[in-house]
Amino acid sequence: MSLLSVRDLVVKFAMRDQTVTALNGISFDLNRGERMGIVGESGAGKSITGFAILNLISRPGFIDSGHVMFDGMDLAHTSDKALRTIRGNRIAMIFQDPMVTLNPVLTIGQQMVETLQAHRSLTRRDAEKIAVAKLREVYIPAPEERLQQYPHELSGGMRQRIIIAIALLLDPQLIIADEPTTALDVTIQADIMELLLELCQSNNVSLILITHDLGVVSQMTERTLVMYAGRIIESGRTRAIINDPQHPYTQGLIKALPQQTLPGERLKQIPGNMPALSAIPPGCPFNPRCEYTVDRCRTTIPELVRVGPVEVACHEVQRMNRDTETEEQTA
Amino acid sequence: MRGDDIGQPLLEIRHLEKRFALDQGFLETLRFRKGHITRERREVHAVNDVSLGIARGEALCVVGESGCGKSTVARLIAGLLTPSSGSVHYDGTRIDTLSGRALRPFRRKMQMIFQNPYASLNPRMTIQQTLEEPVRNHFHGLPRAQVEDKVAEVMRAVGVDPNWAKRYPHEFSGGQRQRIAIARALTVDPDFVVADEPISALDVSIQAQVLNLMLEAKDERGLTYLFITHDLSVVQHFGTRVAVLYLGTLCELADTATLFANPRHPYTKALLSAVPQLKDDHPNHIRLRGEIPTPINMPTGCPFKSRCSYANDRCGAEQPRPLRQPDGALVACHAVEEDRLG
Repeated sequence: MSLLSVRDLVVKFAMRDQTVTALNGISFDLNRGERMGIVGESGAGKSITGFAILNLISRPGFIDSGHVMFDGMDLAHTSDKALRTIRGNRIAMIFQDPMVTLNPVLTIGQQMVETLQAHRSLTRRDAEKIAVAKLREVYIPAPEERLQQYPHELSGGMRQRIIIAIALLLDPQLIIADEPTTALDVTIQADIMELLLELCQSNNVSLILITHDLGVVSQMTERTLVMYAGRIIESGRTRAIINDPQHPYTQGLIKALPQQTLPGERLKQIPGNMPALSAIPPGCPFNPRCEYTVDRCRTTIPELVRVGPVEVACHEVQRMNRDTETEEQTA
Repeated sequence: MRGDDIGQPLLEIRHLEKRFALDQGFLETLRFRKGHITRERREVHAVNDVSLGIARGEALCVVGESGCGKSTVARLIAGLLTPSSGSVHYDGTRIDTLSGRALRPFRRKMQMIFQNPYASLNPRMTIQQTLEEPVRNHFHGLPRAQVEDKVAEVMRAVGVDPNWAKRYPHEFSGGQRQRIAIARALTVDPDFVVADEPISALDVSIQAQVLNLMLEAKDERGLTYLFITHDLSVVQHFGTRVAVLYLGTLCELADTATLFANPRHPYTKALLSAVPQLKDDHPNHIRLRGEIPTPINMPTGCPFKSRCSYANDRCGAEQPRPLRQPDGALVACHAVEEDRLG
């Protein structure tokens, strides 16, 4: 049985003159110990998905319909009081900017003890013992001293390690990491990702990794969702999606990476921009930027349909496949 | 010592240094030590003795992590900062000591593109005004019709419809704004463009659009680029040569193909191994010890020694100089020089 099961989740934002749909019917399952990536560009709805799982959408946003089933409980329709036993305890979240996540006026120790005591009845001394053990797990040197330090005394990489340690404090079953390394340098990013992967594997924790970086998803996750304008447009095994993307948008994203083109040659670019939430075109949301668009794409929204090893929401995938096959034959 | 071997460079920096004072006022510099009040000036050593040249038509990429001084190098070259010591030469003329008036012709030839197109365009000026201003400033007395032609021409060149010239920046997306920022740099027919992280703030699909535009401008207008970035895959695609900076110091300078095929400096190796690869299931990432030290009170010896697994006593005492390798690369590392990297 899956650990998390999201069904037809719809999130809307009530603006002054209209209500826009930020998430438009998201469904997926996540197994225990499984690592899943959510990729897409800004405005695709990937962060909203992360927040919606924890029912953390704040006004003017709201969950309009759908279910987030976690261990028999529907998080989308649960009281705040009951949610408090889940948030930070059984599902932990790691955010992009470690400076904003940590409270600047509390020491690391205070913040870790506070988290522990909020969920468990522990003495201060016992809580500190657990905190030190967790800091050691994320390779923080001299953890006892860190407890006395304030966030500003630590570097960005160190802060993000501490946030990972805080996320692990209560042995959660699921970690949602929203662009956890975007604010960090490449060498530090690689360290943090390796650490996160190691911890998830050794503790059998599930991971939802939200990122715009296909390279990170490729190295960290087993399964990937590709989002565009509030919808899942492709989902499947990460390897399958990276090696043989089906949706024209996923193909475009991968081809647009400089690694995919010979140095100095023009990159394959996707024309246009992601539509604003208030101006999502009718039919397939990608149709104005897609080179395979036909009349049907402008009127009917494509459903996710299994194509080989992945699921794709594209009317023209079949035709596209035929096209590439004939191209390969002529070439 | 000249940083490389490229004949007469279009732009050259020699022993460039930039230090920023941390304590601004007199009172801030006072310290109480051993019963005495003393004056102490703490400084950030942002750029330390960097020498390199950029040949005409080249795209030299400067890479490194945050705080390594890459943006400071860009600003020193563009004349937005004054070097603490060392010099900047453009086409044989020393420009860092010129007065504002004498610098004007060079300001036209050297243009800059910034990272954040939301901050670099004036929100109160229409695109037309934004693009006309540099033309009017540098070509006094050009008839109005010609100024407008010029603006329409660059707008078309960057793929923004000239009919939108009456609009304001907030009406454009991030990618379009960066195109307009590039258009503004191109209006005065520059030879040399300094681009400081021009695509880092943009989404993947938009990054490709802007990179293509910059490559087109390079081919069609014969531009020379200094391209500052932290993204190594962009470097491999865009750069002809690469300079790797660490703590404001040049570690390695080589042709792009040479650097990616055969990185020498331990830091370059770690940097390249840290890039998440698409197709590689088993990354072979070199883990560095520790984190970047602060550039306040620079350590003696090699700046990289605290994170380098090859560091020995010599690295702690003596700063390595950039030395030429058989394939033309410049590498500043004792371990490379002594051939003990294995």
